[in-house]
Amino acid sequence: MSKQINVALIGNPNTGKTSVFNALTGLHQKVGNYPGITVEKKEGICKLPRGVKAHIIDLPGTYSLNASSLDENVVIELLLNKTDKDYPDVAIVVSDVENLKRNLLLFTQIKDLEIPCILVINMSDRMRYKGISLDIDYLEKQLETKIALISTRKNEGIDTLKQLITNYKELSITPCLHASEIDKDYFDRLRQAFPNQLLYKLWLVITQDVNFGKTNRQEIEAIASFKTKSKEDLKRLQQKETIKRYQFINNTLKKGQTIDASQAKGLRANLDRVLTHKVWGYVIFAFILLTIFQAIYDWSSVPMDFIDSTFASLSEWTKNALPAGAFTNLIAEGIIPGLGGIVIFIPQIAFLFLFIAVLEESGYMSRVVFLMDRIMRRFGLSGKSVVPLISGTACAIPAIMATRNIESWKERLITILVTPFTTCAARLPVYLIIIALVIPEGRILGLSYQALTLMLLYLIGFGTAIFSAYLLNKVLKIKNKSFFVVEMPNYKLPLIKNVALTVLEKTKSFVFGAGKIILAISIVLWFLASYGPGENFNNAEEIVKTEYASQNLSEDEINQKVASQKLEHSYIGITGRAIEPVIRPLGYDWKIGIAIVSSFAAREVFVGTLATIYSVGNDEEETIKNKMAKEINPITGGPLFTLASGISLLLFYAFAMQCMSTLAIVKRETNSWKWPTLQLIIMTAIAYIAALIAYQFLK
Amino acid sequence: MQVTIAHLKRGEQGIITDVSSAHIPLKLLEMGCLPGNTVELLQVAPFQDPMYLNINGTHLAIRKETASHILIEKIIHE
Repeated sequence: MSKQINVALIGNPNTGKTSVFNALTGLHQKVGNYPGITVEKKEGICKLPRGVKAHIIDLPGTYSLNASSLDENVVIELLLNKTDKDYPDVAIVVSDVENLKRNLLLFTQIKDLEIPCILVINMSDRMRYKGISLDIDYLEKQLETKIALISTRKNEGIDTLKQLITNYKELSITPCLHASEIDKDYFDRLRQAFPNQLLYKLWLVITQDVNFGKTNRQEIEAIASFKTKSKEDLKRLQQKETIKRYQFINNTLKKGQTIDASQAKGLRANLDRVLTHKVWGYVIFAFILLTIFQAIYDWSSVPMDFIDSTFASLSEWTKNALPAGAFTNLIAEGIIPGLGGIVIFIPQIAFLFLFIAVLEESGYMSRVVFLMDRIMRRFGLSGKSVVPLISGTACAIPAIMATRNIESWKERLITILVTPFTTCAARLPVYLIIIALVIPEGRILGLSYQALTLMLLYLIGFGTAIFSAYLLNKVLKIKNKSFFVVEMPNYKLPLIKNVALTVLEKTKSFVFGAGKIILAISIVLWFLASYGPGENFNNAEEIVKTEYASQNLSEDEINQKVASQKLEHSYIGITGRAIEPVIRPLGYDWKIGIAIVSSFAAREVFVGTLATIYSVGNDEEETIKNKMAKEINPITGGPLFTLASGISLLLFYAFAMQCMSTLAIVKRETNSWKWPTLQLIIMTAIAYIAALIAYQFLK
Repeated sequence: MQVTIAHLKRGEQGIITDVSSAHIPLKLLEMGCLPGNTVELLQVAPFQDPMYLNINGTHLAIRKETASHILIEKIIHE
C-alpha cells in the first residue's frame, strides 16, 4: 500500500475552508478532540488520482500564526512539530477571492516554515460580481506556489486541487519574502546560535507561549534565553514584521489583481443598512429569535411525541419478548427508557444547531454581535456572549464551548459562569409536568396561565443570567484588557451540504457525549431502586400481603403496593429518607428528594425518576401526572403537589446547577476546579433559598 | 487634538497614520489596521459603539475605546 499524503487545511475564518474540506472528503470524515483539550479535530480521507489517498486535517480557522486562543494554538503546534504523526506533507492555504490581501498574510507565514504550500483561492464564482480578475501565472511566481482557483458553491476546480495534492513533491519550499530583514542584527545572532533551526520557527517560539510538547526541552530553554528583548520590543518587532508582510502582499497584488469597482454590486451595503440599523436591526433580531423558539418548541413536538411512544412500545415489547428476569428488567426499565431520554432531545437540539449554523454561515451572526455588544457590555459581557446565551436555551454544553472566541478573559469567564441559568431543553420536561399539575387552566387576555408561567420561567432564567453577570462584573477582580474585534463577513447563502453536515455532526456529538452519562445514571438508578438491604426489602411481598390481607385488593393493586414497599426500602429509598429533613422546608417529600438527587446528573432524569418511584408501569404522561396529583403530603394531609410546592420546585430547577456534563465542560474550559465548584455551590444555594422562600410564603 | 477613528462620522474616510501598539492587539494589525491603509466608517451601533469599519478592504467591528487609539488623517471629499 502506498503511503498516505498528510494534508493540512489552513485558512482565515470565513474563507469557506470547511466547504473545501467537505468537497474533498465528502462523508469520509470524523470529528474528535485534540488530546486533553476540547478543540475539535476534523479529519477525513480524500481519494486522489492513481489510487493515492490523502489524509486531510481541517485545522481551526486563524488569522495568523501568532496564536491568541486555544484553537489557534493547535495550528501552530502542529506546524512546528515535525515529529507529529499529523505533520503535513503539504499545506493547503484557503483564501477568499474578496479578501485575498488579508488572507495572504497567513500564507506568507506558512511559507516561512518551508512547508510545501498550495494556495486555494475560493469563491471564484464571486469574481464576476465584484469585478475582480487575477493574473494567476504572475501570482504563482511571486508567491512561490501553485494556485487552485475553485468554487465550492459551483463545485469547480476541485479536480485541479486534487491533482496539485498528488504532485505535492513538485512544490517549492522557498519563502516568498525575507521577514528577518526587519532587524538584521538580532536575527543574525539568532541564526548563529541555532544554525540547524529554521529561523522563523525560532522567532515563533520566542514570541508565543505555545506548549511545545515534542520539541527538545533544552533547546526550548536555550531559545528562551534569547528573549533578551523586552515584551514591548518584541511586540514592536512583530508589528514591523506584519507591516513588512503587507508591503510584499500589496506589491504583489498591485500587479496580480485588478478590481473594477464599477462592476461591484453592493448587496452587502444594502443588507447592512437594514440589518444593523439602530431600530430595524433590533426588530429583525427579535423576530428571528421568536421564530427560532417557535420552531424549537412547536415544530419539534411531533417527532418528540413519536420518539416517546416508540421507546415506550420498545420497552413493552422487550419485556414480552425476552425471558423474565433481572437482565430483561435492566434492559426494559433501565437502559431503554434511559436511551429514550437522550433520543427525545434530538429534534430540539438538531433544530437549534440548524438555526445557529444558518445564522453563522450566512454571516448574520456577526451583525448580532455588533448590535448587542454595547448592551451586553453593561453587564460585563461581550457582544459575542449573545451566541452562547442563545445556544444555552438548547444546551449549556455547546454554548460554553462557543464562548471561545471572546477575547477578554473576564468577559468570557462571566459568560461561562452565567450561561447555565438560561433555560436549557433539559429543564423543559420538568417544567411541563409541574406546570400541568399546579397551574390552573384559566386564561387571561387570551393567554393561558400555563403558557404564561412557562414564558415567565424563560424570562427568569435569562434575567438571572444577566443580573448575575452584572454582579460578577462588580465582584471579580480580574485585570481586564477589554478588546473586541469581530470580522463582518460578506452575506452568503448557506450551503445546504455544510449546514447538514454541521447539524449531523453536532447532534451526534451531543447524543454520544451527554448520552453516555445519562445512560450510566439510568442504569445505576435502576439498580439502586431495584435492590435493597434487609428484611423490609427482601420480604416486601409477604409484608404487604399481611398488611392488606383484610382489604381484598385486586392483583394489580397488590403489585403496586409491593413495588412501593420495595422502593421505600431500596437503597435509593433509604438515601431519600436520609435527606428528607433538608428538603422538607421546601415542601418536598423523600421521593421528590430522590428525583432531585438523581437529576443532579442531568435534569431530565427528574421525570423519569418520579415515573419509576411512583410505581407506574407504563410511561404514559397522563398516568404519571395523575399519580403525582394523588400523592399526599404526610405532614399537611393535603395533596403533595400544591401551588406552593410546585412553584418551589419550578424555582429550584430554574436556578440549580443540575448538570454534571456542564460542570465537566466548565472545568475543561476554565482549566480549574475553582469555577465549576463555585458555580455549583452558588447556584444550588440560590435555588434552595428561592424555593424555600416561595414555599414558606405561598403555603 | 489628534484625530482618531473614533472621530469619524458615518460614511467618512481616513488614512491611518499611527497605531499605538501598546493599546492595539496584534490581531487587529494583522487584519490590516496599519499605517498607510485607508479606513471607512460604514455603520455605528447606538451610542456610536461599536464601530463597523472597512479597513483596507477588510470589514470588521471594533469598540470605540480601541478606535480612539488609531490615529488617522481624514480624507475630505470635495
